[in-house]
Amino acid sequence: MTGVLAWFLDPANWMGPTGIPARLTEHVEIAGLAIAAATIIGLPIGLYIGHTGRAANFAINTANIGRAVPSYALMVAILPISLALAPTLGYQPETGLTFIPIFLAMTLLAVPPILVNAYAGLRSVDRDLLEAGRGMGMTEGQILRRIELPIASPIIVGGFRTATLQVISTATIGALLSYGGFGRFIVDGIARSEPAQLFAGAILVTVLALAVDALLSVAQTRLTPRAMRTKQSGVRTWSEIAEVPRRGGEVVA
Amino acid sequence: MNEKPLIDFDWILTHLDDILIRTLQHIQLTAIPIAIGFVISLGLSVWAVRRPRIYPPMTAMTGLLYTIPSLAAFAFLRPIFGLSLLTAVIPLTTYTLLILVRNNVSGFQSVPAEVLEAAEGMGYTGRERLRRVELPLAVPLMITGLRLATVTTIGLATVAAILGDSFGGLGQFITEGLQTLFPTKIYVGAVMSVALAFAADFAFIRLERRLTPWAQVRAERG
Repeated sequence: MTGVLAWFLDPANWMGPTGIPARLTEHVEIAGLAIAAATIIGLPIGLYIGHTGRAANFAINTANIGRAVPSYALMVAILPISLALAPTLGYQPETGLTFIPIFLAMTLLAVPPILVNAYAGLRSVDRDLLEAGRGMGMTEGQILRRIELPIASPIIVGGFRTATLQVISTATIGALLSYGGFGRFIVDGIARSEPAQLFAGAILVTVLALAVDALLSVAQTRLTPRAMRTKQSGVRTWSEIAEVPRRGGEVVA
Repeated sequence: MNEKPLIDFDWILTHLDDILIRTLQHIQLTAIPIAIGFVISLGLSVWAVRRPRIYPPMTAMTGLLYTIPSLAAFAFLRPIFGLSLLTAVIPLTTYTLLILVRNNVSGFQSVPAEVLEAAEGMGYTGRERLRRVELPLAVPLMITGLRLATVTTIGLATVAAILGDSFGGLGQFITEGLQTLFPTKIYVGAVMSVALAFAADFAFIRLERRLTPWAQVRAERG
């Protein structure tokens, strides 16, 4: 433990392209880009099938396939292809060896929770409320924006929290493909038998994941309509307020 | 990888026995953590349902365990337990707890209050009620948890290959393929682990049907 403290106090570990700030930037960069891409893919699909109820089984099953693909297997499997495509598509071979496979694997990891929770969030909204909205002359877009999204927001943001937690934690594996990020400290710590560096890397990833999760939990509470907030847990779901009988079924991520 | 094709079928045909062994190792790497994790999570969730106040800290704790990167967890335990199956199994078990506890608790909570009252009215003791009323009604959500946890563990177990050859599972192919830049091995490892995840998913759906025959009847009646 003193070794880990000494490692953190060593100014050399805070500077340059292999220092903590540089590794943090790499880690946040790949996680952020993957979450952004997964949002662009997963959120509209999840909202669409949640609002219309169309193609729900197809989308949920596709998301489950995404869950079944191991991230490590996926990034290594993409690697030969993205490396081979480098000259054709005009990016650096190094990008094809590290960034592209990790980015794609992390995106696929993040899509299922975002998509499934967007769908489940909209489905959790009491049908009577939607009918009331229609009766008041709201358009479908207004129903989505003013009724469904606010009520579903805790569940939707819950999907982001799960996705972000998984991506930040799993992006460490990227270091096995010689990418940077905090995983670099872990892999180098193993390779050079430097337990202090290894522990420091693990602590950094865990702290980063928890810090981001705490931020998102604040966002989750802020985005929740006031009537649905509680003092203890921050948010409560619509069914807890209205005591709509639970339908049971799939518990989401 | 100069002139070699992306997939070398001769290699696959001559290594079918290796593929079988690695697949069996992978099943072992998944089944042990799921079995231990389920027993632990069952105890924890019964406790959480009886004493709701401990549920939030329990979720925070299992969430924290889930956040520790698998790579780091394997590396932490290596100096203690060496390159053994135990080093691989301990983190994989702790990762299952978040999903399993949450689903078990939701399962117990999904039992309607009227049903519990009816059981009490019929003179069930707490333990009888748990075994004969609450557990059977919680089965669908518990199995959903087991399905998610199993699929996740099959994926995480591929990383355990960094620990050693003797129990490495399908991740061994992926790691070796990466080190020697031999894509066939990578694809065999990846495809087989995905196939295993699907097979497990399917098996749990069948198991759920078998364990909850009343749901089937209800669905047929409409």
